[in-house]
Amino acid sequence: MELSTATAREPLTIAGRELRSRLLLGTGGFQSLELLSEAIAASATELVTVALRRVDPGAHGSLVDVLERAGVELLPNTAGCHTARDAVVTARLAREAFGTNWIKLEVIGDEDTLLPDAPELLRAAEELLADGFVVLPYTTDDPVLARRLADLGCAAVMPLGSPIGSGMGIRNPYNISLIREAVDVPVVLDAGVGTASDVTLAMELGCDAVMVASAISRAADPVRMAGAMRAAVDAGRLAAGAGRIPRRRYARASSPIEGRAALD
Amino acid sequence: MIVLNGERTDLVAGTPLADAIERLGLSLDARGVAVAVDGQVLPRSEWQSYRLAEETRVEVLTAMQGG
Repeated sequence: MELSTATAREPLTIAGRELRSRLLLGTGGFQSLELLSEAIAASATELVTVALRRVDPGAHGSLVDVLERAGVELLPNTAGCHTARDAVVTARLAREAFGTNWIKLEVIGDEDTLLPDAPELLRAAEELLADGFVVLPYTTDDPVLARRLADLGCAAVMPLGSPIGSGMGIRNPYNISLIREAVDVPVVLDAGVGTASDVTLAMELGCDAVMVASAISRAADPVRMAGAMRAAVDAGRLAAGAGRIPRRRYARASSPIEGRAALD
Repeated sequence: MIVLNGERTDLVAGTPLADAIERLGLSLDARGVAVAVDGQVLPRSEWQSYRLAEETRVEVLTAMQGG
């Protein structure tokens, strides 16, 4: 694919780590590790999330080995944690298990919507930052909360487009653009992506990267969708840098008025 | 009662933590594994020497697809 203008290919830096791909991939929902490997290759992602769960003695294949072969870095998450304490211990376990101090911090406040619990999220972020973690918090699309997280020292903010796995896209594009203005750290749109156009919109709104999980893993053809998401990130980033035309109420002819033939 | 990953076990007090980990089919040098004892992280360097007490919850965790 030749979309290689300087703008689209400029690497993203989070906490000193350079990422050439602006697509983060969640590993959840893939039917097999083989399919996950193929989707990673098609997406060209360099950073993928994993969850920490009880060892299953009957598990087939090692996720860690598969991800190492794919050449991607792990970003452990605290998915399923409902309190700051839970999330902090989970982050420390992840650091012990994977040898990384990066953590995608999730503290869930509601079972149906899986929306973040803001006070617990702030508390957990503060504690983990004090403990030397690079914290990437999953947050609501609230610009004030995003700024509070960035002010604490979070390395990026990850606002949701809509609830996790809902595929509803970006419910409040205005807030996402406000978050972009409110913080100096990278903004990674996380959650809610349904299809490639959602990813493009996120990038057009000024996001620095997009995280996608279910929209790829649960698509009818995950590998093809992974390729679509990769192209969508590039398209959105190019468009954001190109400067869109203003919206107008009425048409503006794109062919000249002068020189028309007299045919009546 | 020593509870391992949510399951009650017949492990007795004084059992090395390493035995509990191996019971799950893991070797002690398995990659991508972390252990919590009663909600506290237990570093790998202590897996051999640590002995389980009478009432203990052991969680042995690894990477799963998610997020």
